[in-house]
Amino acid sequence: MNDTNLTADLLLEATGQTAVMVGWSTLFSVLIGIPLGVLLVTTSEGGLTPSGPVNRVLGTIVNVGRSLPFIILMIFVMPLTKLIVGTTMGTAATIVPLTLGAAPFFARLVETALREVDRGVVEAALAMGATRLRIVTRVLLPEALPGLVAGLAVTVVALISYSAMAGTIGGGGLGDVAIRYGYQRFDTPVMLATVAVLIVIVQLVQSLGDFTARKLSRR
Amino acid sequence: MIRLSGLRKVYGSRGREVVALDGVDLHVREGEVFGVLGRSGAGKSTLLRCVNLLERPTAGTVHVDGREMTSLSSGELRLARQGIGMIHQHFALLSSRTVAGNVAFPLEVMGVPAAERDRRVAELLDLVELGDKAGAYPAQLSGGQKQRVGIARALAGRPKVLLSDEATSALDPQTTASILGLLRRLNRELGLTVLLITHEMNVVKSVCDSAAIMREGRIVESGELPALIATPGSELTRELFPLPEAAPGMVTITFVGQADEPVVSELVRKFDVDVNIIGGSLETIGGRPMGRLRVELTGGGSADALAYLRDRGLLVDVEGAA
Ligand SMILES: Nc1ncnc2c1ncn2[C@@H]1O[C@H](COP(=O)(O)OP(=O)(O)OP(=O)(O)O)[C@@H](O)[C@H]1O
Ligand SMILES: [Mg+2]
Repeated sequence: MNDTNLTADLLLEATGQTAVMVGWSTLFSVLIGIPLGVLLVTTSEGGLTPSGPVNRVLGTIVNVGRSLPFIILMIFVMPLTKLIVGTTMGTAATIVPLTLGAAPFFARLVETALREVDRGVVEAALAMGATRLRIVTRVLLPEALPGLVAGLAVTVVALISYSAMAGTIGGGGLGDVAIRYGYQRFDTPVMLATVAVLIVIVQLVQSLGDFTARKLSRR
Repeated sequence: MIRLSGLRKVYGSRGREVVALDGVDLHVREGEVFGVLGRSGAGKSTLLRCVNLLERPTAGTVHVDGREMTSLSSGELRLARQGIGMIHQHFALLSSRTVAGNVAFPLEVMGVPAAERDRRVAELLDLVELGDKAGAYPAQLSGGQKQRVGIARALAGRPKVLLSDEATSALDPQTTASILGLLRRLNRELGLTVLLITHEMNVVKSVCDSAAIMREGRIVESGELPALIATPGSELTRELFPLPEAAPGMVTITFVGQADEPVVSELVRKFDVDVNIIGGSLETIGGRPMGRLRVELTGGGSADALAYLRDRGLLVDVEGAA
C-alpha cells in the first residue's frame, strides 16, 4: 500500500516535470516553427516572396537541426543552454535543447501543411488586392489550421520522447524515472507503471490532436 | 474599358523560353461581354492574368478604366485590383470561412468597417440569390452555388470590370446556363464589363457581344459577333455552326440575321436549279438568327443563283473552287 503510494507520488512528480519540459518547449517550438515554416513556403519558387538564397539558408538550417540525433544535439548545445539559462542541469535547462530539436521538425510540418493550401485561393486573394502579410495571416494559416494542429500533436509526441532523454541531464520526468528505477535498480513495477503513464499521455495527446484537427476541418 | 497593346509574355529565362503571348492587341469596350477562345496552351489564361497583373507582361501596356497597370507602384496596383473582380474555374473559396465570410474577405481587404461590411455581404448574397446560405461552408455547396459565391465576392468592391477564366468549365450544362444568365444580368444591370475565357462555344453564343480567337499567343480573329461571323473564312463561324464534311462543288451559305428569309425556296422558284440540303446549323445570337447552310446546287441556273445570293448580302462559299 505504502509502496504503491510512493510509486504514485513518484510518477505524479515525474509527470509534472515532463509536462513542464514538454509544455515550454512546445510553446517555443511553435513560436519558432511557424514563422520558419511560413518563410520556407513564401520564399520558395513561385511563393509570395520568392528568394532562392533565403530559402536555401533556412532549408539547410532546418535540415541540420533535424539530422542530429537528439541526444547529440543536447550535448552539442550545452554552451548555448548555459548562456541562456545560466546552467546546463535541471528542468529549465532541458527546454533549450528540446526547443532546438523540435522547432525544425515542426517547421517542416508547418511547411507541409501550408503547401496543402490551394494555390488558387492565394491567387484569388492577390487578385483582390490583399497584402502578402494579410494573405499569410488570413488565408494561408487559417486554411492550413487543421494540418497545423495535426502537426502540433505529432511534435508534442516527439517532444515527450525527447524529454525522456533530456531527463538524463537532470531534467527529471518520466524518462528519468524509467532509467533510474527500471534500468539502474531493476524495479520492474515502477518501470511498467512509467511505460503505462507514457502510453496514456501519448494516446491522449494524439487523440486530442486528431479530434481538434477534424473539428477544425471544413472540407 | 480594357485595352491591351503589344502585349508579350515570355516564360522561363535561360535556355527554354515559352512565348505565351506574342504581341496581343485587344480592346474590350465598356459594358460589353467579351469572350476569348482558343486551344489549350494558346495563352488565354496568361492574357487574362496580365489584365490584373497577376502575371507581369514582358512587354506592352495594359489599360484598365483608363489606368496603365504596368506602371503602378505595388500599393497603387493593390488598390487598382480591388476595382477589378475575378472569378475562377475552381472557385478558389476559403474552405475555412462561411459563405458570408468569403464574401466579406475582399471588404476586409478594402478596410470597410464591420457594420457596413455585414450590410454589403447580405446585399451581395441577395444579388446572387444565396441569401439563405450565408452560414454554410463551401464544402456544403454545389458547384453552381460555389461559383455564385465567387461572383458575389468578385463584385464586393463594385468593380467595373469582371475577369473570368473558365468560370463554368467545372459545371454541368444546366448550372452553366444559370451562371451565364447571372453574368448577363449583372452585365446589363450594373453595366459590368466582362472579359471571359472559355472553350465552350455555348458560352460565346449565349452571353458574348464580342469575341476573339487566340492561337499560339496571338489573336487571329476578333470583333463583334455579327461582324465576325460575317467575315469570310472565319474560324469562329466554323466552330459556332458545325456542318457535315464538304465535298467539292458544295456551297456554304452563311446568314447573319437573314436566316428567317425563305432563301432556298426563292432559289428554286427564280432559277433553274435544284437545291439539295446537306446540312445546316442555326442559332439565335444577340437576338438575331444566324447560321450556316450547306447545299448542293444542280441545274443550269447555278451561277445566277450564287450571284443572287451574294447580292442579297449572304456570304457564299463554293467548296474546292477557291
Ligand atoms: N507559369 C508558367 N511558367 C512557364 N510556362 C507557362 C506558365 N504559365 C503558362 N505557361 C505556358 O504558356 C503557354 C500559355 O499558357 P496558358 O495557361 O495561358 O494557356 P491557356 O490558353 O490558358 O490554356 P488552357 O486552355 O489549357 O487553360 C503554355 O505553353 C504554357 O505551358
Ligand atoms: Mg487556361
